[in-house]
Amino acid sequence: MAYVTGLPDVGWRRPLQQRRQLTTSVGLARRQVTCKIEAFMDNKTVSALAPVPTGIETEHLSRTVFDKALVSDISVQLRPGEILAVVGPSGAGKSSFLRLLNRLDEPTGGTVRLNGQDYRELPAQELRRRVGMVMQSAFLFPGTVATNVAFGPQQRGERLTSEQMAALLERVGLPGYRERDVSHLSGGEAQRVSLARTLANAPVALLLDEPTSALDEASSRAIEELLLDIVRERQTVCAIVTHNTTQAHRIADRAMIIEKGRVISVGPAKEVLDAYKEV
Amino acid sequence: MFTELLNNVNIDIGRGTAQAIGAIVLCLAVVGLCRRFGVHVEREGAISIARGLAQMVFVGIVLAALLHGSLLVGAVILLAMTFAAAVTASRRARGVRGSLLLSFYAIAAGAGVVIAGMLTTGTLTTDVSVLVPVGSMIIANAMNACAQSVERFRADVTAHVGYIETGLALGAVPSVAAAPYFQSAVYASLLPRLDMMKSLGLVWIPGVMAGMVVSGANPIYASIYQFVIVAMIFAASGITGLVATLLMRTRAFSTAAQLTIRPGIEKRNAPLKP
Repeated sequence: MAYVTGLPDVGWRRPLQQRRQLTTSVGLARRQVTCKIEAFMDNKTVSALAPVPTGIETEHLSRTVFDKALVSDISVQLRPGEILAVVGPSGAGKSSFLRLLNRLDEPTGGTVRLNGQDYRELPAQELRRRVGMVMQSAFLFPGTVATNVAFGPQQRGERLTSEQMAALLERVGLPGYRERDVSHLSGGEAQRVSLARTLANAPVALLLDEPTSALDEASSRAIEELLLDIVRERQTVCAIVTHNTTQAHRIADRAMIIEKGRVISVGPAKEVLDAYKEV
Repeated sequence: MFTELLNNVNIDIGRGTAQAIGAIVLCLAVVGLCRRFGVHVEREGAISIARGLAQMVFVGIVLAALLHGSLLVGAVILLAMTFAAAVTASRRARGVRGSLLLSFYAIAAGAGVVIAGMLTTGTLTTDVSVLVPVGSMIIANAMNACAQSVERFRADVTAHVGYIETGLALGAVPSVAAAPYFQSAVYASLLPRLDMMKSLGLVWIPGVMAGMVVSGANPIYASIYQFVIVAMIFAASGITGLVATLLMRTRAFSTAAQLTIRPGIEKRNAPLKP
């Protein structure tokens, strides 16, 4: 926590405008410090340092529903700029784990820390703005691409400028799609709009629940590349649930294998996935 | 009072019984016809006929006995009716915590506001013989509105979990994430009442007017009074539908804005196989 000492407190009782300014400045300051620490660590001069409490950290995270353990005692760290693939057979608890990270479901044990802070201390809406989620289906709201992309900021009384909207659509490879009706989009395009809609909230973390499972190979690859670029460029924390180990190999830095709600192994993607394949 | 009552009963009992027997024979004939086509409602039909007759005779006796009872007696009867209506409507919200209270609050709010308004404006008298039948019509319609809105909201929410959770995941509050389903549920509870008002006089002449005309009231006043009743039924249904859906929405989300009504939750919650 040393790296955040002295930063202003972003109290929720402060006026909205002031809070926004503070949040931005805290975010920037954290990012700068984080980057410095990472650069420092990259030079391998501080390899003995304790793990930096940044990104998302789960502590003994569990969810049991009517005696069925969906997620059992998962402690893992998700770091900025890194993709963690959550892999496992159907019904292993991959999606259940992901849904706990943005508190769509309530943990029955343990907790999640967002940059060191217990996520229960944040209002659910603010937590979900910071920890964005892209689901298996795009679930676009009826209307145009623009209404969908503007949805998140609108919830906080903010409006995306024309330039911001154009930049977001450009970023996901859909320039000029602004006024398109969502009912006319292909599966791949819809998933890109879904990604742009999540990015419009400027999240610090991205959770993806099998985002390419309904897409063909070419669209899947394109989404993967886009995701990699965005995670590297924005230094977001990223967790992707996938049953496709080949996909996990292609994009993940680290992988976590889950079975029956428990972590079987977690570590560098190649090592973990190769060992999993052999099993 | 009872001698007078018995005299009245004696005068009408023969005619009433004959009419009831005729009606029962026709119902049994329909049951028999259904049986020919393999639709078996014999047992249920017999039970329904017996229950309906017994209940109506009982209500008749109660009304006759309390014909000029006080407002308090009427209020107690209406409260009991509201509770019975809540029990029926809450069956539509099985699995939703506190569904009986939810239905009771909604029906009591809708029917209560309207009946109180009618009593205040003098549209309704405090005579039990007027208050209870008119009040029961309003309560019965409020019950339908409650059941319809609750059922529709639950069906729509469980069919659109993905959209609702997408809204929540984007930082929307539950009222925004569930807004389309809230609106359709309230509308669903009002639709039959809207149709009822539209078709008033064209397709059907409801019971109150028919009864008033039969008992010799001025048909013009009877028709206007009937309109007032139907309008009040619409108002009561609207309030009930709104309150029921608002309460359903509150119960559908946890304090941390998590959707708690989901399809297949029983499956998800099934115990682990050894």
